[in-house]
Amino acid sequence: MATEDDDAGAAAAPPPADEVVAALVERFPATVPWVSHGQAVVYVERSAWRDVAEFLRDDQRFTQCVDVTAVDHLVDEERAAIPGVTLERFEVVANFLSHPRNRRVRALSEVPEAEPRMASIADVYPGVNFAEREIYDLFGIEFEGHPDLTRILMPDDWVGHPLRKDDAPARIPVVFKDDPAPR
Amino acid sequence: MSDGTKAPVPDEERLERQTDEGAQMLTAPRRAVVTDGVWPEGDDTMVVNMGPQHPSTHGVLRIMLELDGETVVQSKPIVGYLHTGMEKTGEELTYVQGGTNVTRMDYLSPLSNELVFSMAVERLLDLEVPPRAVWMRMLLVELNRIASHLLFQATNGLDLAATSMMIYGWRERELTLRFLEQVTGLRMNHNFIRPGGLAADLHDGWRADLDELCRTIERGVRDYVDLLAENPVWMERLVDVGRISTADAIALGATGPILRATGFAWDLRKAQPYLAYDQVDFDVVCGENGDCYDRYQVRLNEILESVKIVRQCAERMPAGDCRVQDRKVTPPPRARIDESMEALIHHFKLFTEGFRVPAGETYVAVESPRGEIGCYLVADGTGKPARLHIRGPSFYNLQSLGTMAKGALVADAVAIVSSLDPILGEVDR
Repeated sequence: MATEDDDAGAAAAPPPADEVVAALVERFPATVPWVSHGQAVVYVERSAWRDVAEFLRDDQRFTQCVDVTAVDHLVDEERAAIPGVTLERFEVVANFLSHPRNRRVRALSEVPEAEPRMASIADVYPGVNFAEREIYDLFGIEFEGHPDLTRILMPDDWVGHPLRKDDAPARIPVVFKDDPAPR
Repeated sequence: MSDGTKAPVPDEERLERQTDEGAQMLTAPRRAVVTDGVWPEGDDTMVVNMGPQHPSTHGVLRIMLELDGETVVQSKPIVGYLHTGMEKTGEELTYVQGGTNVTRMDYLSPLSNELVFSMAVERLLDLEVPPRAVWMRMLLVELNRIASHLLFQATNGLDLAATSMMIYGWRERELTLRFLEQVTGLRMNHNFIRPGGLAADLHDGWRADLDELCRTIERGVRDYVDLLAENPVWMERLVDVGRISTADAIALGATGPILRATGFAWDLRKAQPYLAYDQVDFDVVCGENGDCYDRYQVRLNEILESVKIVRQCAERMPAGDCRVQDRKVTPPPRARIDESMEALIHHFKLFTEGFRVPAGETYVAVESPRGEIGCYLVADGTGKPARLHIRGPSFYNLQSLGTMAKGALVADAVAIVSSLDPILGEVDR
């Protein structure tokens, strides 16, 4: 059980001991390294998102992008501050796995509310095709260069993006037989 | 009934109310589709919908097949019919209640879902569970893997018209579920693995039940091998059907038996051990060709490997608590509530508000029967997750369908979908 000093797991100064993180920082100087509960994490610039993916695949032998997802931080009660990172409303998170090196790294990128779009990595890692569609569908973040950016889980004519915190859970009016109006 | 003044709904209006989603998709593809190559010109090909009500699609998967005669030119899975917003629901439930939600995602391996969720919460809490909880979790998850793979044997047989296989597979699976029911109280959707440990200890006489079950399963698998493994009709339907290479499988995000069937022995239980998998002896099963037959063989043999792990768990099950004795995370024993005011308060607080988790984020992955199931959990210091994302292996595995089905016959498409073993509850969440 964590004690009152909450950040025990997260607040330690990030040591650049991790070689993948060190290589990323060297190649992309704007990258901020971090350690989250023992896992290697990098905060990368949104403009470098696709280049980072390519770098990880080609130079660092990260063979698979296991998962891409997003987070909406609109109503967070508290949010861990990362020195050197301007926190925005949305965060896109990609988990990379290297089979030959048997290790993982996680890349996060801040996406501002005003401009919810970033480069797609579906051509670098074809396996994230569905995942990026899911983010587009549920968060409304657009991935430029994605081969088929359509809704995947919600109906095609759905309005809104359900996993955004300001999107009220949908309510479909129920009409009973012979009722004067929907309720 | 009303007084009869209500006019009947005119035809045009009634038609407008019907969904035309399917009709739109049938006429022409509107955008580039998943596989490589271009959509051929001319009217030689035909676009056919398989599903969402097709019996071999295991629920509500719809596949758009472009056919040239009987050959599949390209295919595109269309999902979302079972989308019930479970990730959104997860943000409304406390960490204590969260298990009831995630367990319903992959409903054939509910314990894997509970395990990955619990492990993510425990990592954010920096909590370590006692050894008995670790080994019990391993025991239950492996039994769940057996049940899931037995069901695959059954449905795979059914899809390919091996009806007796269907009956046998269900029979042994039901016995496995019966044991799980004795332990957890429910056949499925157990909500038994919880943050901090397990809901209860094993029942009296579990060893004898488990030994009996292991023997039954091994006998069952021997029967399956006799029945199908070298049956010429069976092999004709599966060998060299739906092939995929290791490189393609990795690039398309495939994990689990699909990746292992290509000859790449990648299993998180070995590669990145969690629980106590580094202390038990088992082998990673992998195929060679990456076809439907290898996927069938991988799952069949994984049943036996899981039985091995189950036996070791039973033998080496440590004594002690099956959950952490931290009253801020796990509830007090029922008997304590009658005699201790503090226990009553803890119980009340835990089941009304739950516990608070310090702000942070983590990704935890375990090997489910279908591949890597991951949980990306973001906490904001309150009693409910700010974001609960489950990386469903079926969701990613489904993307390799296009590569596998390219150039196959329509009848083989059924075999290929079956060999993917997708669980739509997890795909759509």
